[in-house]
Amino acid sequence: MLSFIVRRLLIAIPTIILISVFVFALQKLLPGDPVLAMAGEERDPATIAFLREKYRLNDPLPIQYFTWVGNALTGDLGISLRTNQPVLELIAEKLPVTIQLATMAMVFALAIGIPAGILSAIKKGTVADYVANVVALSGLSIPNFWLGIMLILLVSVKWQLLPASGYVPFDEDPLRSIQVMIMPAFVLGTALAATLMRHTRSAMLTVLTSDYVRTARAKGLSERRVILKHAFRNALTPIVTLSALLFGELIAGAVLTEQIFTVPGFGKLVVDAVFNRDYAVVQGIVLVTAVGFIAMNLLADVAYVLLNPRLRKS
Amino acid sequence: MPQVATPITIDAESANDPVLDRRPENRVWKKFRTHKSAMLGGVLVAFFVAIAILAPLLPIPDPTATDWGAVRQAPSAAHPFGTDEIGRDVLARMIWGAQASLLAGVVSVLIAVFMGVPLGIAAGYFGGWTDAVISRCTEALLAAPFLILAIALAAFLGPSLTNAMIAIGISATPLFVRLTRGQVLSVAAEDYVDSARAIGLPTHKILARYILPNILPPVLVQATLTIATAIIAEASLSFLGLGQQPPAPSWGSMLNTAKNFLNQAPWMALWPGIAIFLVVLGFNLLGDGLRDALDPREQ
Repeated sequence: MLSFIVRRLLIAIPTIILISVFVFALQKLLPGDPVLAMAGEERDPATIAFLREKYRLNDPLPIQYFTWVGNALTGDLGISLRTNQPVLELIAEKLPVTIQLATMAMVFALAIGIPAGILSAIKKGTVADYVANVVALSGLSIPNFWLGIMLILLVSVKWQLLPASGYVPFDEDPLRSIQVMIMPAFVLGTALAATLMRHTRSAMLTVLTSDYVRTARAKGLSERRVILKHAFRNALTPIVTLSALLFGELIAGAVLTEQIFTVPGFGKLVVDAVFNRDYAVVQGIVLVTAVGFIAMNLLADVAYVLLNPRLRKS
Repeated sequence: MPQVATPITIDAESANDPVLDRRPENRVWKKFRTHKSAMLGGVLVAFFVAIAILAPLLPIPDPTATDWGAVRQAPSAAHPFGTDEIGRDVLARMIWGAQASLLAGVVSVLIAVFMGVPLGIAAGYFGGWTDAVISRCTEALLAAPFLILAIALAAFLGPSLTNAMIAIGISATPLFVRLTRGQVLSVAAEDYVDSARAIGLPTHKILARYILPNILPPVLVQATLTIATAIIAEASLSFLGLGQQPPAPSWGSMLNTAKNFLNQAPWMALWPGIAIFLVVLGFNLLGDGLRDALDPREQ
């Protein structure tokens, strides 16, 4: 098992190096000279020369890249042009908000998607199955920012049940924090619930026709036991892997959700950075999400092996 | 009742049976035609395509013409979908917005297909270093979540509909590289490809005659489903202000404005969302239907 993890970690290294090249290239592709923008109206040649020297823009590209990577490895992702804060500090400040949102969305998705998937597999071909499929496909097709707007319109504006925006840190007031976050988490979780439902359904359908399920039934076990103990446990493996993979998508999806509900998280940071042309922040975010994504992939692989005894032995 | 195997009889009717018809095109089309949800998807897509193409001919007001005497009017006979915050006709903007959405969906997927499929073929067919380089780059691009990558690219390229299409196209490319590579690997191991090589057929002929036709069906399915994703991505970018620029209409940017007037003019938020939902649903149904129809196991 340990050698498997080490091997997977080694494979991840070239991927991370390539990502860093892409992220670095993004900055170089940028139209216009950043120094001219920084130097202001006068464009004093001395200032320009000083800035070029300061940001080491006179170095050849490969040297610039290695300087940048070296800094990134020590946690220095540059300084936000807008707030003058280190990029890493900004990310560390906003990330917990988004992780709370994504975790709550994941809870919604699992709580809706898995039971619905099991139900529609057991009741295959019935009205319940049909309804579950239609709802799942709709969940995949609804743009989640529109769903958010509609929920604000109904729940906040019309019925005045939940606040339309805002954020309360979890450690300050957990109950209030969850209450404020319920709507955005639901919106973010819908597409994932739909994906999970479809995968649970197909995994269950495969498992339900297998020999060991037939044996379990032949032994006279109750249907409930057959489904939960024998079938579902085996169908669970691909679902766990998928959930880990999709957690990364949740972080990305949070960009729009946070924008609508004005949640001060990672997504809001990306959008603000994009509009303020705060490229160091955009770069930092792409780099951090990509590395996080790779880490989730790794976890998914490990979970897959752990859950599958046949793979564990080899 | 015990199961008795029915003897196989060939009668006139079996010629119309999708399972017994041996010509693959006919079989696929017949399966597709009887697939109710796929047909619904086709109808939805056809409807929006027709609207988008006919937009200049339809008797609707100019989508950018403002009317300060008719600001945020509720739906009425004169403006069936109401008017927006500067008195523009929402229906006209919806119809012209269909053009932006479909164009963005189709063009970005074409970009992804035309970059991804050749790269995937090269990686899968030639193997070795070609494969290693292409595969590692694909993995690196796949590591960045689709929307974050598209937002970052659109931000660096500058906000416009064209750049949004390029950004979405590049972000979707790795999907097609990976899919094509996998397909090529399995097709290239087939005996008929071996025999083609054995009789000395040049590589480009093997690729064009044997590999490409066999990998196209899954690519087509993936392309249809990716159009759905790309339309949502364009709407998302436009919603954030990184896509279609005002005053040109786009469903995403209409929603962005609408969210500021939820109290006064809820209809402004209603129609663009329903339109995105329906067209995306259409492509999803169509893609699912195509997959079922093209899958030889599902008979």
